[in-house]
Amino acid sequence: MSTTSGVRPKSPTERLLAANSWVVYAFFYAPILVLIVFSFNDNNNVGIWTEPSFRWYEAMLDDNDVLRAIRTSLIVALISTVVATILGTMAALALERFRFRGQRAYDGLVYLPIIIPDVTMAVMLLLFFAQGFRILDGLIGWSPSFGIGTISLSHIAFNISFVAVVVRARLGQLDPRLEEAAADLYANRWQAFRRVTLPLILPGVMGGALLALTLSLDDVVVTSFVAGPGATTLPVYVFGLVRRAVTPLINAVSTTMLVASMILVGISLGFQRNTRSTVPVTEPQPEPANQ
Amino acid sequence: MTTGTAEVETVTPELEAAAERAQSRRGVLIALPSWAYLILFFAVPLVIVLVYSFATRSSTGLTQLEGWNLDSYARLWDPLVGEIALRSLLLATTTTVICLVVAYPFAYYIATRRPVVRNVLLILVMIPFWSNFLVRTYAWRVLLGTDGPLSQLSQSLGGEPIRLLFTNTAVLIGLVYGFLPFMVLPLYAALERMDWRLVEAARDLYANGWTAFRRVTWPLSRPGVVAGSILVFIPTLGAYVTPAILGGAKTVMLGDYIVSQFLAARNQPFGSALSIAVMSVMLGATIMYFRSGARSL
Repeated sequence: MSTTSGVRPKSPTERLLAANSWVVYAFFYAPILVLIVFSFNDNNNVGIWTEPSFRWYEAMLDDNDVLRAIRTSLIVALISTVVATILGTMAALALERFRFRGQRAYDGLVYLPIIIPDVTMAVMLLLFFAQGFRILDGLIGWSPSFGIGTISLSHIAFNISFVAVVVRARLGQLDPRLEEAAADLYANRWQAFRRVTLPLILPGVMGGALLALTLSLDDVVVTSFVAGPGATTLPVYVFGLVRRAVTPLINAVSTTMLVASMILVGISLGFQRNTRSTVPVTEPQPEPANQ
Repeated sequence: MTTGTAEVETVTPELEAAAERAQSRRGVLIALPSWAYLILFFAVPLVIVLVYSFATRSSTGLTQLEGWNLDSYARLWDPLVGEIALRSLLLATTTTVICLVVAYPFAYYIATRRPVVRNVLLILVMIPFWSNFLVRTYAWRVLLGTDGPLSQLSQSLGGEPIRLLFTNTAVLIGLVYGFLPFMVLPLYAALERMDWRLVEAARDLYANGWTAFRRVTWPLSRPGVVAGSILVFIPTLGAYVTPAILGGAKTVMLGDYIVSQFLAARNQPFGSALSIAVMSVMLGATIMYFRSGARSL
């Protein structure tokens, strides 16, 4: 586990490594900082600094399209996160705690959406909904339109897999003897799950839910294919704006999105910190050779 | 792996088989909702794309589900497609190599810090990793603009204005920026769990720093290198957002070419065939990765 870096004298290699790291951090943060600074710029041109103002934030709050897109984003994120977390957790349990016929094929089905490129997923869902709605129209004369419904269904489709992977990793670390102990103490299956397994995998479930939430709020490609004329999410709306022209309004919206995702990171870090110390997970044991 | 279910005192083969059956039934029941969902909203759509890739495009841009043919696949050998595929491959490979060269020493540096420092440094990587991808790409659009901050800085230093926007270089910068964390995190995971005593042993046996790295550290971090390369290469190959925002007409990549087949050119069969081809390449790469024996993250 421990390294000897503290003991080692600072070698030229060490200095180079440190310098490289500072450059990488600068590379990570400089564009973000520039964007934030320029969102407070009182100028119609994106890149030319005049003086600080909240002008573009005011414009953003007056823009009904932006507000509607924010609303759609939040609704879709909420629906897809809740459904995908439940379905993904169940998938993880089925894969990690049970053995049944066809499990390998099911395993592949759960993992495939992660490997498949965004663009292919988008194409698949667009053709599926278009074809499906045509068939529905022919059968019962009902043709639904693209919008919040299709976006949510699509986000659930890719989020299930990510939740399943995260929860499964947590389940894999868990000592199965804890559940056996609960069973030995006359807990029925549901009680053992509710009182032992679920609390122990909760950090994994929450981690999966946060990932699903982030992915849903982040997605541009799939959403731009399955969004309707009346309903787009914020990233898709911003993407459309960026492709037309770059305006300082986009800086303000982007900064708002950045701050929102940083709050999410903060929540997830706080959550991990709170649970890590109290949950008995079988940590990788130090090799016996240590002694 | 299986949770011991049939460890009752009087275990008869029949009882054991019945318990196993009951257990497997429960497994199926728990798997059922997600299975049904993924069949309907993933497997069926995948089959539809496959079917569409053999269909014909009518002169009005509609897709006719008849007269099945391989025309769309034949068009994959069109020089234009080859040019776009080559550019995508080149950009994806270059992005992966740059990310690896930059991220390896970076991850090494983080992994060899004290635990407290290490955590802080890691969180500083996680923040951009979790931030909105579109916004991070857009930031470069502002930064690289002809009258943007970088250009002004260059001019105030007496240089030329920077004209990088809408070039391959701009797309490359955007891709490296967007996917660098995907390389850093698996490399860090591999280096962090490495047994550094092995390096010390190598040094004790008179290996110099470079030999110890080449013979011990590098082979042990290989799973991280492979995982990181896959995680960067695959999404870059199908990238759509980055070339759409930072690129121009001459930097079309496979991702935006596929999109244009659906939204602009209205050639769904050809777009479907392209998607299937790109997907196959990626699945092939991923399977090769698992075959190579590297363990997953």
